[in-house]
Amino acid sequence: MTTLRTAVDPRGDQFQENRAVQEAALAELEQQLDLARAGGGAKYGDRHRARGKMLARERIELLLDRDAPFLEFSSLAAWGTQFTVGASIVTGLGVVSGVECVIIAHDPTVRGGTMNPYTLRKNLRALDIAKTNRLPVINLVESGGADLPTQSELFVAAGKIFQGLSELSGMGVPTLALVFGNSTAGGAYVPGMCDYAVLVDQAAKVFLGGPPLVKMATGEESDDEELGGADMHARVSGLADHFAVDERDALRIGRQIMSEINWRKHGPAPSHEPDAPLYDEDELLGIAAADFRVPVDPKEVLARVVDGSRFSEYKPLYGSSLVTGWASIHGYPVGILANARGVLFSEEAQKGTEFIMLANQLDIPLVFLQNCTGFMVGKDYEQGGIIKDGAKMINAVTNSTVPHLTINIGASFGAGNYGMSGRAYDPRFMFTWVNAKLAVMGGSQLAGVLSIVGKQAAEAAGREFDLEADAIKTKQIEEQITAESHSFFTSARLYDDGVIDPRDTRTVLGMALSAVHTQVIEGRRGYGVFRM
Amino acid sequence: MATISKLLIANRGEIASRIIRTARNLDIACVAVYSDADADAPWVHEADEAVHLPGTSPGDTYLRSDLVLAAAKATGADAIHPGYGFLSENADFARECAKADVIFVGPPPEAIDSMGSKIEAKKIMADAGVPVLPQVTISDDASIDGEALAARVASDIGYPVLVKAAYGGGGRGMRIVNDADGLLEAVEGARREAVTSFGNGTIFLERFLDSPRHIEVQIFADTQGNVVHLFERECSIQRRYQKIIEEAPSPVVDEALREELGTAAIAAGKAIGYVGAGTAEFVMGSDGRFYFLEVNTRLQVEHPVTEMITGLDLVRLQLLVAEGNPLPEEALNATINGHAIEVRLYAEDVAAGFLPATGTVHGFSVPDLPGIRVDAGVVDGSVISVHYDAMLAKVIAHGPSRDDARRTLARALADSRLHGVVTNRELLVGILREPEFAAGTIDTGYLGRHDPMTLAQSWRAPETVTVHAIAAALADQASRRETARVLEHVPTGWRNVPSGFQEAVYGFDGDEYDVRYRYSRGAIEVSVNGEAQPGTTVLNASPDVVDLKVGGVRRTCTVRRVDDIAFVDSVLGATTLIESPRFPEPGSQSAPGSLLAPMPGTVVRIAVETGDAVKAGETVVVLEAMKMEHSVSAPVDGSVSEIDVSVGQAVELGTVLAVVEEQES
Repeated sequence: MTTLRTAVDPRGDQFQENRAVQEAALAELEQQLDLARAGGGAKYGDRHRARGKMLARERIELLLDRDAPFLEFSSLAAWGTQFTVGASIVTGLGVVSGVECVIIAHDPTVRGGTMNPYTLRKNLRALDIAKTNRLPVINLVESGGADLPTQSELFVAAGKIFQGLSELSGMGVPTLALVFGNSTAGGAYVPGMCDYAVLVDQAAKVFLGGPPLVKMATGEESDDEELGGADMHARVSGLADHFAVDERDALRIGRQIMSEINWRKHGPAPSHEPDAPLYDEDELLGIAAADFRVPVDPKEVLARVVDGSRFSEYKPLYGSSLVTGWASIHGYPVGILANARGVLFSEEAQKGTEFIMLANQLDIPLVFLQNCTGFMVGKDYEQGGIIKDGAKMINAVTNSTVPHLTINIGASFGAGNYGMSGRAYDPRFMFTWVNAKLAVMGGSQLAGVLSIVGKQAAEAAGREFDLEADAIKTKQIEEQITAESHSFFTSARLYDDGVIDPRDTRTVLGMALSAVHTQVIEGRRGYGVFRM
Repeated sequence: MATISKLLIANRGEIASRIIRTARNLDIACVAVYSDADADAPWVHEADEAVHLPGTSPGDTYLRSDLVLAAAKATGADAIHPGYGFLSENADFARECAKADVIFVGPPPEAIDSMGSKIEAKKIMADAGVPVLPQVTISDDASIDGEALAARVASDIGYPVLVKAAYGGGGRGMRIVNDADGLLEAVEGARREAVTSFGNGTIFLERFLDSPRHIEVQIFADTQGNVVHLFERECSIQRRYQKIIEEAPSPVVDEALREELGTAAIAAGKAIGYVGAGTAEFVMGSDGRFYFLEVNTRLQVEHPVTEMITGLDLVRLQLLVAEGNPLPEEALNATINGHAIEVRLYAEDVAAGFLPATGTVHGFSVPDLPGIRVDAGVVDGSVISVHYDAMLAKVIAHGPSRDDARRTLARALADSRLHGVVTNRELLVGILREPEFAAGTIDTGYLGRHDPMTLAQSWRAPETVTVHAIAAALADQASRRETARVLEHVPTGWRNVPSGFQEAVYGFDGDEYDVRYRYSRGAIEVSVNGEAQPGTTVLNASPDVVDLKVGGVRRTCTVRRVDDIAFVDSVLGATTLIESPRFPEPGSQSAPGSLLAPMPGTVVRIAVETGDAVKAGETVVVLEAMKMEHSVSAPVDGSVSEIDVSVGQAVELGTVLAVVEEQES
């Protein structure tokens, strides 16, 4: 295997400029993450603690194996909306008693941990990750139920939560509910659907209807403990398998359960030397382009991501705007597809298609490094069948059954997003570098297209084209699209699983690869590999 | 003349190993004996054969002369070495050996007998011209006339006067009287105690030397009538009348005095027809005058310092003499070469008033510095129980000068690894480095003048526990990462959205050290008990070694982890940290106000009943351990809410004895 060399000059102007832009973007990200960490803010946090309770992240920290990593998902969910950044829920991939699992924790300091439409999407995405990768789920429950004013966007789809938990159980994947507080009405079905339920004494409240509702419905007088306390559920209803004396005890029991599930990963163990890359991952900040229109040599990225900076390139001389090849990350073999010069031509599409089929033949997961402005347009290309070639690649991506891990390192525009296994193609995990953009096309291009279309329409209708108004409108549209292609905006809408620091790429991919290997790794069979 | 071909060692611990070492060189096969508790002890494996003495207490095992002789018979041993303690000064045993035609490696029974009574011994010595302290004996049945006694004391002894039981030991019943006023009361009190404790009311009064030096002379005699002395040892550093540091030669003995001491010692030996290795013990006042104390008719614990300065092997000499050989030339004309100091490493808690400590040794090594000798009775895994003497090992340094030996020994001890039991190591190093000791101006009052805890802590930097707690946390971290079943190569504690810190809480000496740390791109943020440790850098952290920079100083800490205990060593000292469980099992914690057994032992008395009101400091339960009584008292004013033990019950360290509920005020 070839060891990649670097041509990066960390003292060069380009590098320094890139780095400054990345650092500014990371500082902004940090500010937004502060909001997510703050949850409901100091006042509600203090009130919560004064009740002897832990914050959602504190519960997670205590639940996790010590010193083991935790990859949080969708931290910017609901960013830029009326709801709190993070959407009143914390989800992620962690290790509990040596078992990789998905953790879903309500943040009760944000409006009582109630669920809004973003909370729901984030919750469902976490369950989806658990299902596709066969990961056990631990719910840390304390939620006031639905955010009622938004119930119309919630109620129906929320059923998917219970369905997801049941499906996991049906697949033989354990599900746990550690109930720290309110888990009422619909929420009562979380412990109800989980394989294991642990309820905290004098804190868990698991009932379909609380005392006022019961009074209204039947006139019966009752209190919280009788209707849904830990003691009642442990002794009378049997809903609780474990009675926890306090929060710490509930986490202890949760860890105990995880140590007893006799867990085996179904995918192969790492088979390559997991040595660190030869080059400093810190330099990725100077390699990521400040402006997406400037291409990035993906091999410089790979040299700081893959094991030992080793990369065996497939068809290096053909379709060179798409780099394909074999490498390993944290010991797991991977096939890599990375855009080199933005545009995909027919050759690139064909090469990518072949490579995806090869990876399926070999049962090797694929990593897509997106930095793509789309498929080439123009007479020659249309006549050369670029649609057919792009369709081949999209077809291959769609029907590929090895795990896909996608990272947008610069831009993901147009059908390139589809060909490079964008969100709609269900990559197992999808992350975005902090400065990367996602849209149908770049803001200025989109505004320019609209301007030309408007001008043509005016001409066709014989109207006079108002250049001044068009300039204002074009500028507005460009600003709008630029804002909407920002990584925070797209991540807020769950178009990825999170915005990451480029320097964490190897770690994130390593964790994702380990997670996908909990499931069987099996490529698509049927036809042989077509030579396109 | 006989030849010993098989030697039974009627002892245990370091001395058993020591004797085996020499016997092997002389092509003598060795037989060990061992109690239940010692079944897997090192000397049992070192010996060629071993015989089990069923039971654990010394009375059932090592003191059973019949069983020891039976063992000799069963193995065909033609000699028995009694070591020190146990049967070593038991004249009857020596006689039984002779009867069974087994060589007793020691003096004739008569010599042992004659030294058995302190009063008799002194008389013999006084008659032989050995200087003795002036004294008056009051026999068991003599009535006490206060005035006559005062007159005798004034004329024959002089104040201050020491009053003690003739048949006692260990300092029990001893009283010091400074003038005639307190004399009668002290004598009557001593007699009462002598009667109850020893069954004989004989007491004697002698001139009390305030903080004398303890100087002893090694003598050796053969059956041909040669009696030599092998110079003096000074054993003035004592705690509770127990020697802890010994050296040879004494820093205050010059050639003339040595000659005088040697002559007196040889006279003492000749007076009792001594054969073999013996020690004449003297006390010496600040004026350089010395007085006979006693003759120990055995090999002494501290014999290695004599060996180191003379180059002789005293056990070899013992065996040669026992075979009937004359003392060899090198013993007859021994010379002093350099200086040697020995320390006794005890399993004991200096802070708790030298309370014997128990536990399992999890690591024991002394660095191999030049001139260092280690006579150890323990190895990794040895269990230190309450049944036997708590001495773990003797560490001896030999150097050209006293200061060379002292410095090397201090360093060797400080760098030793000694895990699993509390020891007096810190105290020993503290003494070795203390100026008065360094100057050699020592006497038996040394540890009265110097607070043991102050000495023990004298070389401990204030940041020690903080640095060691960080090292323990990082080593534990490395160990968890190494043994992780998944994601073991991902950076430790990695978070894409960091919020908290990794936390490890260690208990040390009743205090908690809450270490919080967070790694981020190779750098680390650390705080201990909420106090940030800026500039902390980890150069390397493995489960056993942490190379760490704290406060600008880089040090290497070694960490050994056994269950929840982390033993951390560095140039700052040794620290035993107990990690608090992250998830205590509900109900596993003791109720507040619980009185815990400070050591393993037996409950001998319960002073209260459930419901009783108690004052802080009032005795609740009395334990007996290592022949000493320990009171466990109420920590606060309150009432006894439960008693969890009964009289006669054996308890482990940390057993809840009773619970005292604090009074609401």
